[in-house]
Amino acid sequence: MNFVALKMLVGDRAKYLGIVMGLTFASLLLTQQSGIFVGLMSRTFGFLTDTSLPDIWVMDEKVQYVDDVKPLQDTELYRVRGVEGVEWAVPLYKGLLRARLDNGNFQSCNVIGLDDATLIGGPPIMAQGTLSDLRRSDGVIVDEVGANDKLAKVLPDGRRVPLQIGDTLELNDHRAVVVGICRVTRSFQSQPSVYTTYSRATIFAPRERKLLSFILAKAKPGENLQAVCERIHKTTGLAAYTRDQFVKLTLDYFMKYTGIPINFGMSVVLGFIIGTAIAGQTFYNFTLDNLRYFGTLKAMGAGNGKLLRMIILQALTVGAIGYGLGVGAACMFGAAAANSELAFRLPWQVLALTAGAVLLICVGSSLLSIWKVIRLEPAIVFRS
Amino acid sequence: MRSSQELKKLNMNIPNQNDVAVKCTGLRKTFGEGAAAVRALRGIDLEVRPGELMMLVGPSGCGKTTLISIIAGILDQSDGECVVFGHDFRRMSQSEKTRYRGESIGFVFQAYNLIPTLTAAENVSVPLLVRGENRRKANDRSREVLQQVGFNERMMLSLPTQLSGGQQQRVAIARALVHNPKLIVCDEPTSALDHETGQSVMDLLRSVALQGSRALIVVTHDARIFGFGDRIAKLDDGHVERIVNSAAELNGNRK
Repeated sequence: MNFVALKMLVGDRAKYLGIVMGLTFASLLLTQQSGIFVGLMSRTFGFLTDTSLPDIWVMDEKVQYVDDVKPLQDTELYRVRGVEGVEWAVPLYKGLLRARLDNGNFQSCNVIGLDDATLIGGPPIMAQGTLSDLRRSDGVIVDEVGANDKLAKVLPDGRRVPLQIGDTLELNDHRAVVVGICRVTRSFQSQPSVYTTYSRATIFAPRERKLLSFILAKAKPGENLQAVCERIHKTTGLAAYTRDQFVKLTLDYFMKYTGIPINFGMSVVLGFIIGTAIAGQTFYNFTLDNLRYFGTLKAMGAGNGKLLRMIILQALTVGAIGYGLGVGAACMFGAAAANSELAFRLPWQVLALTAGAVLLICVGSSLLSIWKVIRLEPAIVFRS
Repeated sequence: MRSSQELKKLNMNIPNQNDVAVKCTGLRKTFGEGAAAVRALRGIDLEVRPGELMMLVGPSGCGKTTLISIIAGILDQSDGECVVFGHDFRRMSQSEKTRYRGESIGFVFQAYNLIPTLTAAENVSVPLLVRGENRRKANDRSREVLQQVGFNERMMLSLPTQLSGGQQQRVAIARALVHNPKLIVCDEPTSALDHETGQSVMDLLRSVALQGSRALIVVTHDARIFGFGDRIAKLDDGHVERIVNSAAELNGNRK
């Protein structure tokens, strides 16, 4: 009977395409909006995932997320280094500084100051130059996207020329020379990232009593990370998180205190509702149109179980096709949006979530049809 | 739940069942309740013999369709007894009735009820697929039966919309025959057809469908085909008014 069910489904081209389009649209909207949401959220902690070497991030207890810098006294670094189980600890400066561009415009930059001796906390990928070039006088490394876009030089004719090695810019009235171009995860606010040494960053930064943003630490081999974090907290009174914990802290902040989840959630819910409405209604109409034939099958000896399986097969078939097309379109959208300002990430969880939602739409749509067919009196076949 | 084998055994245990294909005694059917109740059948007594073509005739609303719906096991009576080849549907569960219909009853409908997206051959194979037979066997059997009703290869692969009304009714007859049912019920099989096509459809029903102990019940108000019946039961207002042996007798009495 599967053959009959499928031929009934695809034979009515208009309705078949209508159902598939509805599910494709729902699937596309669910995948695309969730993908952008995940992409955007990933940018909030991109700096943490880019900085892979340290196990432990030490900071003020009141810090709520990675950009919420509450500076520490420089002496805290030595206290952390003295905690049992800590192999090494280095300082990190992170702050927003104004860069003055060639054409006189200003641009806020995310300046990261790395430990002068080890340069730990540097960018994950160098596109041009090397990390050690930071040791050159006034050296800074600029991220590729920033160099090509917001920090690009504007020629008199209006053309933009990417910032290159050897170019200079002013950071808070201090001269900085580009010695390298790196690739990093885009930040949530899309500001260019500028890496330099810790000591130089503290010169660039406005005068403050405390300038140490974070202490990056590594636990000794075999040490339990959580235990070391607790020990640092107990000894210094500072908050110490593993990288995953800090990622979660950051994510939780954005989820709780920004309207992003609600806005994207609404889009996702809207996609789900519209998909359910279009696909559900068309599928129900399809069943209504075929009620006479379901009645005929019932009269000819097809039980409710058989008819139910036919409807479920029809629903799952259009669901699978709609899901495939929708996810495929979302992937194409993602590929087209790569290397642009648009955040888009498609982890397997999003695909699973969309599959679940499409399945739910199919189940919801077919339930109405199943109800109608189960209640169908086979005697309908004798009504002309 | 009884298996089809058990049903067959049950069937065999009933004495003299071959003498009567369908026996209705005091059959009543009321739709709705209270003041809005409609009494469609008011005590029908009717017997249909194996190998017989019984015509059920009468004006619209006299209960013909309700009666064949009960005989075919797709509608439950309110009162009375209806035994089909020894089976009393009231003593069978819903799933047993469904299975029995699939095995023993064939249907021919006024509007043909062919699934429009299936070819003629595929439509004819549906009763076999419902019974769980594999597609290849069902397809072979459906082609065999379609040949019996005069279809060639090209017509077998046509969709219902590509066939004339008479051809569609032939497909419907082939579908009713494909699983060798004991009883075939036909509801107004010629009402959508012109006189000539109607006659040829009835010829086909008599020559191909009416074989062995198979019984045929044809509901119609088309007086031109009354002559095809072995007996004609005239219904009026939910009763069997009379049963005659020929159209002439029916017309004669009317005069």
